[in-house]
Amino acid sequence: MSTMKQIIFAVAALAFALAVPAFTDASHLNMAILILMAAQVGVAWNIVGGYAGQVSLGHAAFYGLGAYASTLLLVKFGVNPWIGVLAGGLLAALLSLGFGWSCFRLKGHYFAMATIAVAELVQIFFTEWDYGGAAVGLYVPMDRQGWLWLNFATKLPYYWLALGLLLITLGVNWWIERSYLGYYFRAIKDEPDAARSIGVNIARYKQVALSVSAFLTAVGGSLYAQKELYIDPNSVLSTALSIKMALVSILGGVGTLFGPVVGAVVLTSIEELTRIAFGGTGRGTDVIIYASLIIVIAVFYPTGLLGWLRSFRERRLARGHASRQMALPAAAVQNAGKETV
Amino acid sequence: MKLLEVKQVSKRFGGLVANQDVSFGVDTGQVVGLIGPNGAGKTTMFNCVAGYFAPTSGSILLGGRDIAGLPPEACARAGVARTFQIARTFTSMTACENVMTAAMLLQHNVAKARKTAMDWLVFAGLERFADRPAASMTISEQRRLAVARALATQPRILLMDEVMAGLNPSEVREAVDVVLKIRDKGIACLIVEHVLEGIMPIADKIVVLDRGVKIAEGTPQQVSNDAAVITAYLGD
Repeated sequence: MSTMKQIIFAVAALAFALAVPAFTDASHLNMAILILMAAQVGVAWNIVGGYAGQVSLGHAAFYGLGAYASTLLLVKFGVNPWIGVLAGGLLAALLSLGFGWSCFRLKGHYFAMATIAVAELVQIFFTEWDYGGAAVGLYVPMDRQGWLWLNFATKLPYYWLALGLLLITLGVNWWIERSYLGYYFRAIKDEPDAARSIGVNIARYKQVALSVSAFLTAVGGSLYAQKELYIDPNSVLSTALSIKMALVSILGGVGTLFGPVVGAVVLTSIEELTRIAFGGTGRGTDVIIYASLIIVIAVFYPTGLLGWLRSFRERRLARGHASRQMALPAAAVQNAGKETV
Repeated sequence: MKLLEVKQVSKRFGGLVANQDVSFGVDTGQVVGLIGPNGAGKTTMFNCVAGYFAPTSGSILLGGRDIAGLPPEACARAGVARTFQIARTFTSMTACENVMTAAMLLQHNVAKARKTAMDWLVFAGLERFADRPAASMTISEQRRLAVARALATQPRILLMDEVMAGLNPSEVREAVDVVLKIRDKGIACLIVEHVLEGIMPIADKIVVLDRGVKIAEGTPQQVSNDAAVITAYLGD
């Protein structure tokens, strides 16, 4: 997508997002919040999983750490959640050092498997940790409300918070994409050995990608805790959650700015609509559709929905300009001639 | 002046001796060919100099500083650039972005890196591919792109691993022209090569390896008349 089109798309999407609360009821607003939150963690995951190509299936560890850090600080020490959010992010970035140190020794599938194992360890820790609520979980008290305490009786403020956090996360990705970091991440993804040959310390830059991603994911986890007012290891630390973060990106298009947003809209809609249609937790139908989607993407559209749209448009353009294409070989021959002279 | 000095370098993989006490030097601005039959240990030696393998023993001096055992990224910083047998271009990027990424070793500013990268693309005769995906280029073009990318790190010595293998005669001539242009810039070249027609006319010096040891060193004429070299290539 050209920069101009990207900007138009972004402005249109933002205008739509700003207008959503005006024409939705409470339940649809909740769904919109879920979409924004899924998009935000997808965008955060995309930094390390998409741009740098290190597919992590353990990101729930960071999400949970953020949720637990801000909640524990609030419940046990009365610390303001705004500070708790930052503390959770920094803690996750710190944990990501150990995460990277142990997992980045491995490549490809082995890396992904190791991240599952590390996240599983974190989940077991929180399930057994009595002070942290163990398997029972933690409630966020509602005694202090308002923007200062990030705690509201209505959904609307959470919508703005989720939208704001998504915009910040997108902004970080936008900056990374255009800075040298974006080039280094893509180089590491494409050809790690060649990246080293031009002086890229791949261990260091993989870690940078993971730490930034971990920080933003943890902030998303804190927001989840403040919105749901209840967390337990299953809701914020499960492997299924890690997979969903990756899936949002993969479905929309890995390594693209807006891919995870598109993926989150599609995936969360499926999830919620199947629940509405079949009742309860959708009796597992959402999982069936998830699984089918993964298979369809893997087989037919490995570049995701955005990649598919792009190739679709390119094919249409190529057909439209078939006559112009005919003139190309002649020009190429001329150029080649110039060069040998 | 000696730019690169390889002193008594040995590399063993378990019981296998890939290089045994190999010594040679490359002067500033010199083109040196590293040749030898299959399995002679050329690529191992090459990887030791570029930091991909740590030598088992011996030292590798670049401008007097020992770089043996440094990781590849540190070697790149010290002034050693390399290309690979297969081009290993960054296929998700355009040709220009490939070179830009390398130019970022010197400064992280993207706009400045783009400017430097365009200069190197012109140098390699690839400017018309600047905004095309690297994956859409031919093998020979991608190899030249890899050379441009390596040069954008502003190396003191460029190591080229079989840049001419599998090219047709006119592509070999293009590759040779690029090597000569690099030498004219004062950058030394160490070239591992199978295509002797390509390397013999342009090398200032040839180092011949066979079964891990150096069997000859000298001008292309001296080396091609050397009895040990002829035996190594053609048998007894």
